[in-house]
Amino acid sequence: MNAMTSLPTAVAGRFGAYGGRYVPETLMAALEELEHAYGGAKVDPAFQAELDDLLHNYCGRPTPLYFAKRLTEQCGGAKIYLKREDLLHTGAHKINNALGQGLLARRMGKQRIIAETGAGQHGVATATVCALFGLECVIYMGEEDMRRQELNVYRMRLLGAEVRGVSGGSATLKDAINEAMRDWVTNVRTTYYVLGSALGAHPYPTMVRDFHRVISREAKAQMLEREGRLPTAIIACVGGGSNAIGAFYEFLPDENVQLIGVEAGGRGTALGEHAARFQKVGGGLPGVLQGTYSYVLQDDAGQVSSTHSVSAGLDYASVGPEHAMLHDSGRASYVSCSDDAALRATVTLSRTEGILPALESAHAVAEAIRLAPTMTKSAVLMVNLSGRGDKDMGILARELDLKGA
Amino acid sequence: MTIEFRKKPGIVAYLTAGDPDLATTRDIALAAIDNGADVIELGVAFSDPLADGPVIQRASERAVARGTRLTDVLELAKELRAARPAAGLVLFSYLNPVVRMGMKTFCARAAVAGADGVLLTDMIVEEAGEYLESMREHKLAPVFLAAPTSPDARLKAIAGVSQGFVYAISRVGITGTQQKVAGDASELVGRLRQFTTLPIAVGFGISNAEHVKAVGEFADAAVIGSALVALIETTSPAEAASAVGRFIAGLQA
Repeated sequence: MNAMTSLPTAVAGRFGAYGGRYVPETLMAALEELEHAYGGAKVDPAFQAELDDLLHNYCGRPTPLYFAKRLTEQCGGAKIYLKREDLLHTGAHKINNALGQGLLARRMGKQRIIAETGAGQHGVATATVCALFGLECVIYMGEEDMRRQELNVYRMRLLGAEVRGVSGGSATLKDAINEAMRDWVTNVRTTYYVLGSALGAHPYPTMVRDFHRVISREAKAQMLEREGRLPTAIIACVGGGSNAIGAFYEFLPDENVQLIGVEAGGRGTALGEHAARFQKVGGGLPGVLQGTYSYVLQDDAGQVSSTHSVSAGLDYASVGPEHAMLHDSGRASYVSCSDDAALRATVTLSRTEGILPALESAHAVAEAIRLAPTMTKSAVLMVNLSGRGDKDMGILARELDLKGA
Repeated sequence: MTIEFRKKPGIVAYLTAGDPDLATTRDIALAAIDNGADVIELGVAFSDPLADGPVIQRASERAVARGTRLTDVLELAKELRAARPAAGLVLFSYLNPVVRMGMKTFCARAAVAGADGVLLTDMIVEEAGEYLESMREHKLAPVFLAAPTSPDARLKAIAGVSQGFVYAISRVGITGTQQKVAGDASELVGRLRQFTTLPIAVGFGISNAEHVKAVGEFADAAVIGSALVALIETTSPAEAASAVGRFIAGLQA
């Protein structure tokens, strides 16, 4: 194997060696316009006030920090808290970012909104915001994901969005992003692209993270109030990594708080059987996909590999560049969780706490269930419960044999 | 071996290497050169061609499925260079296969293969430090894309680091054929002229002799991509080279 190239670090939007902008030239003016507009909005008190008002009155922030007593007792170790992003309007953390970018699009005078979606939660959040602001909305979704997250397809259509199926590649999130970018290149003069994870070219990874920082800002204050201390560890699932970076960010300076990202281990370690970009045996190496330099699951010729996860939202070959930096620096650690363990965690959380997690979030729950018994009772774990699992009932009915005998 | 356009407009022919197979791509490239193509853009198929329309997406899928690798395309470039010493030869790729090989290794091997230049679809000038350094070291011409949406300051930067020619994108959008050459194209070429004396080639949607003639009125060369790839898709491998030869010859008639 040849030595890897380390790409240059001259441009804004770098996270260590990662991030940057690797896009067709046609998009550069739009990215510069977006960067400028976001820079202005970020320091505009009126923009922040409107966003805060909507997050509170429309979405239900702050979300509770819930002590999962029965789950804690069953695991028999560290106390487990759940940050309840699943209780937000539309059912996942995704609305934080969709609302922020929707306000920005309106501020920029864009009338046409496009987005990609994997599990459908970002698509639903974007369609919701477009309905709220009266904007035209087109959502790209892989046909495989449309099949397995059918309820979210209906929700998006009900909200007035057009859902365009994508059949290329493995017909999942990566392919939906390719198609959304093709739309954006073609309609760049009139269209705003609401990217749904902390991915893509600068300024997206920074902007999306900023809109999700509210998760860790609230959690930090709530944890201090409840426990009088910071958590021992924070656990979040990582597809593109938006909920995880939001849950980690305000804790980055607190070096004694462990940050644990959980990737989709799928059904095996061979390339194509998982979406675990950071696992040593998995085939993930630094590369460029969809505008950013980060870890990418790929073969030795640089072709991006297909992925597998029972959860559509984690089924992606690359990962946000800030996570790549946190991985290399060791500030965060990244583990993987199999499809089976995530399904078991879904059942456990449902039956101990009466909370049905999204299959994505169940990966984080599974890691907490694995880790808690290895820790003392004075330790405190916080799981970012990024979404609720109603959308997954079709998969769960099949996988868990819920149809009755 | 330099990039030179003998007629006005010159012809740049894009081919997805390995579609339908590498041997056929070689024959097609030779036929294109022999029938008037000044420059061959040898496309490295990538799994995620997000700047390309359906025609080149399908060709890329076929080439990737056949296992075509960047190393194979470099070998093909070497064969073409040996067979046609005077033809212009540009390697055309998305970044990731190059990053995977290593930028320095790639540039060294491209130079050994006899390529004149390289075009990386998703490489913008601001990110190009190491790339430009390696290209300079190996005396290869970096070709950059200029878009109708690029403001003058970007065009100036693009013109400043390009060599061989500048590739002006005729319209906003992905690759693919169109009815007529967009008004965007002449406006863009006019703006680019302020910053460079390099030849300017216009591509995206150029698919017939009429388009080529229209491009000739304001630019130095026309890039034919999707139209050629579509012709190859609908022609049997045995017939593809002669069909492409006739097509290229007809463009400057």
